Amino acid sequence: MCCHQLTSHSFVLLVQPRRQHYKLKDMITRSEEASEMAQKQAARFDLLLPEDAGFLEGDEDEDTPSTLYKNIDLNSKQLMCEINVMESVNDVKWLHSEAMYAVAQKKWLHIYDSNGIELHCIRKFNDVLRMQFLPYHFLLATASATSFLQYLDVSVGKEVAAICTKTGRLDVMCQNPHNAVIHLGHSNGTVTLWSPNQKEALVKMLCHQGGVRSVTVDKTGTYMVTSGMDKKLKVYDIRAFKPLKSYFLPAGASCLSLSQRGLLSAATGDIVQVYRDVWNTPVSKPYMAHRVQRTIWGMNFCPFEDVLGVGHGEGFTSMLIPGAGEPNFDGLDANPYRSAKQRQEWEVKALLEKIQPELISLDPTELGQVDRATFEQRHQDRVKALGFDPLAKEKFIPKYKKKGRSSTGSVERRKRQVAHEDQRDVIRKTAEDKMKIEKERKKREKKEAVLSSQRSALDRFKK
Amino acid sequence: MAKVSKKKVSKKSLKKSSKGTAKIAEVKPDVVYDDDGDDDEEGLYNADENITSEEDEDGEDERKRHKLLEAISAIGGKRKKKLGERSEAAVQMSEFTVNAEGEGDKVDLSDLIGTMEKTSAVPAKAKKQLKNLQRSTKTIECPLSKQESQRIQRDVAFQKAATEVTRWKGIIKQNQRAEQLIFPLNQEPSGPKPMERVVTGWKAKTPLEQEIFALLSANKQPIHDPVLTPTEEASMRAMSLEEAKIRRAELQKARALQSYYESKARRERKIKSKKYHKVQNKAKRKDFVKQFDEMVRSDPAAALDELNKMELSRMQERMSLKHQNSGKWAKSKAIMAKYDEGARKAMQQQLEVNKELTQKLVTSLNDKEEEEEEEEAEVLPDFVNDAEQGLDSSNPWMRGKLSEEPTEKEISDTVVLKAEGPGAGGNTVVVVEEEEEEEEVEETEEEALLREFDSRRKLRQAQETDIISADAEEKKAEAGDPDTSDKEEEELSEFTSLFQGMADSRREAEAEQAEAAADASHTDTSAQLEEGLMRIRTLEDVELLSQEAADEAPVQPQEPPATENLASATPKAGKNRKRKRGIELKTVLTKEAKVIQVPLAPTVEDTEDSDEKLDQRGLIREAFAGDDVVSDFLKDKRKQEDAGKPKVVDLTLPGWGEWGGTNLKPSRNKRRRFRIKTAPPPRRKDQHLPSVIVSEKRNSSISLHQVNSLPFPFQNHAQFESTIRSPLGRTWNTERTVKKISKPKVLTQLGAIIEPMAREELMKDKKQASTGNTSIVDSRKRNH
Repeated sequence: MCCHQLTSHSFVLLVQPRRQHYKLKDMITRSEEASEMAQKQAARFDLLLPEDAGFLEGDEDEDTPSTLYKNIDLNSKQLMCEINVMESVNDVKWLHSEAMYAVAQKKWLHIYDSNGIELHCIRKFNDVLRMQFLPYHFLLATASATSFLQYLDVSVGKEVAAICTKTGRLDVMCQNPHNAVIHLGHSNGTVTLWSPNQKEALVKMLCHQGGVRSVTVDKTGTYMVTSGMDKKLKVYDIRAFKPLKSYFLPAGASCLSLSQRGLLSAATGDIVQVYRDVWNTPVSKPYMAHRVQRTIWGMNFCPFEDVLGVGHGEGFTSMLIPGAGEPNFDGLDANPYRSAKQRQEWEVKALLEKIQPELISLDPTELGQVDRATFEQRHQDRVKALGFDPLAKEKFIPKYKKKGRSSTGSVERRKRQVAHEDQRDVIRKTAEDKMKIEKERKKREKKEAVLSSQRSALDRFKK
Repeated sequence: MAKVSKKKVSKKSLKKSSKGTAKIAEVKPDVVYDDDGDDDEEGLYNADENITSEEDEDGEDERKRHKLLEAISAIGGKRKKKLGERSEAAVQMSEFTVNAEGEGDKVDLSDLIGTMEKTSAVPAKAKKQLKNLQRSTKTIECPLSKQESQRIQRDVAFQKAATEVTRWKGIIKQNQRAEQLIFPLNQEPSGPKPMERVVTGWKAKTPLEQEIFALLSANKQPIHDPVLTPTEEASMRAMSLEEAKIRRAELQKARALQSYYESKARRERKIKSKKYHKVQNKAKRKDFVKQFDEMVRSDPAAALDELNKMELSRMQERMSLKHQNSGKWAKSKAIMAKYDEGARKAMQQQLEVNKELTQKLVTSLNDKEEEEEEEEAEVLPDFVNDAEQGLDSSNPWMRGKLSEEPTEKEISDTVVLKAEGPGAGGNTVVVVEEEEEEEEVEETEEEALLREFDSRRKLRQAQETDIISADAEEKKAEAGDPDTSDKEEEELSEFTSLFQGMADSRREAEAEQAEAAADASHTDTSAQLEEGLMRIRTLEDVELLSQEAADEAPVQPQEPPATENLASATPKAGKNRKRKRGIELKTVLTKEAKVIQVPLAPTVEDTEDSDEKLDQRGLIREAFAGDDVVSDFLKDKRKQEDAGKPKVVDLTLPGWGEWGGTNLKPSRNKRRRFRIKTAPPPRRKDQHLPSVIVSEKRNSSISLHQVNSLPFPFQNHAQFESTIRSPLGRTWNTERTVKKISKPKVLTQLGAIIEPMAREELMKDKKQASTGNTSIVDSRKRNH
């Protein structure tokens, strides 16, 4: 009965255009409904968001060549701490909260707290030039002068990956906030994309004829803006890796930064230029421009604020750029107004929801796809992950026996006793089957011969 | 019936055949009749024979005649049975050599019934029944064996049970498919029930109740629906939604205003400063006086009312001991008065107040003030409400008494409005005046602006003449645009030809590789050739190539942007610039920025081909002459592609099957036979992107977290992926959505007994299902 059902079912599957199981139908319709509802609800929720601009403690990562650096709260414009590290400072980055920041000094990577007290000196990370912090993964990615790209898990303090990029000094770096892929710019005009899971670049793009001077990616991970030594500013669609726009800046941009609303600020010498909507319409002149005292070293937009912080030879300048910051913030994600208690809770929650570094890939939706790799490939991956082959048999080593019974001959015999033990049953069975078939065939032939009973003259020679 | 006819025929023949045997014939009718049931004629003849054989002595004649008859019948073609003598072994032969009539045949009903016709004792009904029975040819089958009957019974029982069970099928399916089941199934909704439901079940029983109900029904009061009377319902129905909304808004506003006012009053009452209150009172008094004056003029009746009120308050004051220094406070002050100047003063003041309040009204004005003072001592002065009422006559809350003679009220309202004319009207006038003033101001402002613009334009023109160089540049760029576009096109054509050449060579190379792996030298030369080709290319070329490649792709996603965009972009930019020169508003606003704008302005790429920029380009080329970035990159890409290709394995061994030795190569045929080709790899992701290398390595780290086999009900990957596409967590969804998504399949009430479904449920559910189905269908229709 059961067998019959099965066969009939399979028959149906084979012959008819597959009929959907009602469970499947329900499942699909339900998930569709749910996603539709989620979308609608989200849209409705969005409308309720206040339209005010927010404020956040400064996320200013200034590259100051001097040994002195200051830590300023942009909200209250108060100095939080000031230390002299007696070394050159290559880069400074806040970690997940305003309580800690990482400083790439001349030799090692240091981590300080908000009062300027040194928490760690990480000797594994040397000659760091640039850093990026991946907030959802709690990863600090560093690019060093020795062409090493290293990932430090800040939550557990372990190095996740160290990749030798073999492309020389790495002093241009940015992250794609959409998929946490690190973009590195090189002196041969290429921009490479990296994840901690792969020892080679995910993508290598030739962007400029000269070296790449600066790279940024917009918030949605759609566009990448690069500037190079050939004085060009290029806009790429980073999803398709296709160039969208190419501009020629007379002086070439040394530093690029994209705001949350998609304003692009470019530093050409001592002039800060801000462009609006670089990717859709061909821009012919800047939205805003400002000349600062001396050459610009670095700049960054302040999140949720219309402020652009510019670090230059004379110090620090903050510019007001109307329309730069995102006025609608998600209070659950990044709340500029959060209290100390909320911050603590957020920290715990964020740690619980930390995304593992293995999940970083070019396409973040890849996790939701079915892995169609073959069994072999999967097995290989498993072997690689475990460090040994779980399916491998251990080799038979015959026990040593005394009294001359462990002679080479006997050892070999013993080995032969064990050899192919797992296959023996199968082989025996197949051999038996073969014999049976042969026997039957012979029987049939005999019968036929008897029935036909037409003996030819040559039959006498048959055995 | 056929039988009967046959019998008749046989009878006739008999009569014909034997006239002499009348006796026999006389005797026979019975016999014949007896034999009627018999089908055969033979039987009949048999009977004849029998009789003849029994009456042997009848004589020779008889015998002869018989023989004759026999002969005749033999001629007739009908054989007669030989009877009487046992010649053969037969079943039907009796031991007395007597052949029993119809022995071999079954006993028939007709045999038994034959005599029934004549006997009158048998009732007609029974006869009829028997006849009917006789006519029916069916035979009763013998009873089945026990097993068989049991099997049939079982079958029937099963079918019965199955039908019974299938009635539940719908419900079961429905429950299986339900998104959520809540047990126990037929739960009454908890919480307060609507009044109607409770009331409808109840009936008046006692005479008192009946009386009350009769009264209620007589007065059209609600009995079942205690909320609204029919008239109220009618009015409810009469009110449209918009009206209701408006009314609600009004009510809301009124409530809000009232609460504002109340809170204000509360706040003000709490203020302890005496001076503040004094000032406040004074101001109010003044206001009141003004109003009263107006009232006297406009509405004497109301003024009279007010006066009466004042009089009343005076009387009250006179009656009371309030300001007569007889209270506790006053007594204590009196004790202190000897020494304390302040206390004395206070007492004095009290007395003065009393005097004032009890003074007879000589002029209306004086008394009004006093009256006012007293009233202000109370919480909510009436006039405040009045004033507001005047302001907002439409507000039901501000109307004070809602039900009281609305028409009159309206009139009075209008009157009040008129009375307040100087106040409100004055305001409006003021407003109008202000507006006029503003307009004037605006006009003047506009004029000023225009003047400013003019002056600025002049200034700018002067500046432009100064900074002519910049403009000249721009103009140059504009002039150069068509040239550059032409150049671009030329370049493009060049590149296309180049690319095609390269592609051809590459194709050739591939073909050759496939054909002969051994011919390494040839491919080397081709590679060299290609390198030579590549040397010339620049980055722009590569980009163009990419676009070309994209064009070559079957989809042809964006052909025009390659050339047309670039070509069109420049004139657009030029136009923009021109337009901007016309408007110039922004430049006015960012005038300071404009000074440094010239070095800042990025120009679209095409314009760079002007002479100056060409020089720059040349410089750059010189600077980076050493490292040809593009060719390096292309080489790198080629290497990657090659590495990804499966290698052709050559397993030829020299000397097998043919002669081997130095200077002897295995034959081509043999080589071909032993070369193992593998399937070509899937297309590279960067196939159409010449300036991009996408790594084809598998990301195995993520595969550990991926689903690696399709779960049960799904039939293809797309289905499964679509169902897990949207996130479920609270981070991405609203609370309602999360609740809906993460609904448990089965909910049970804690402590409740879950009983099996009752038969009533079935009927109920049937109805529900029918309605539910229709509703589902409806919703689907709506969806589609």
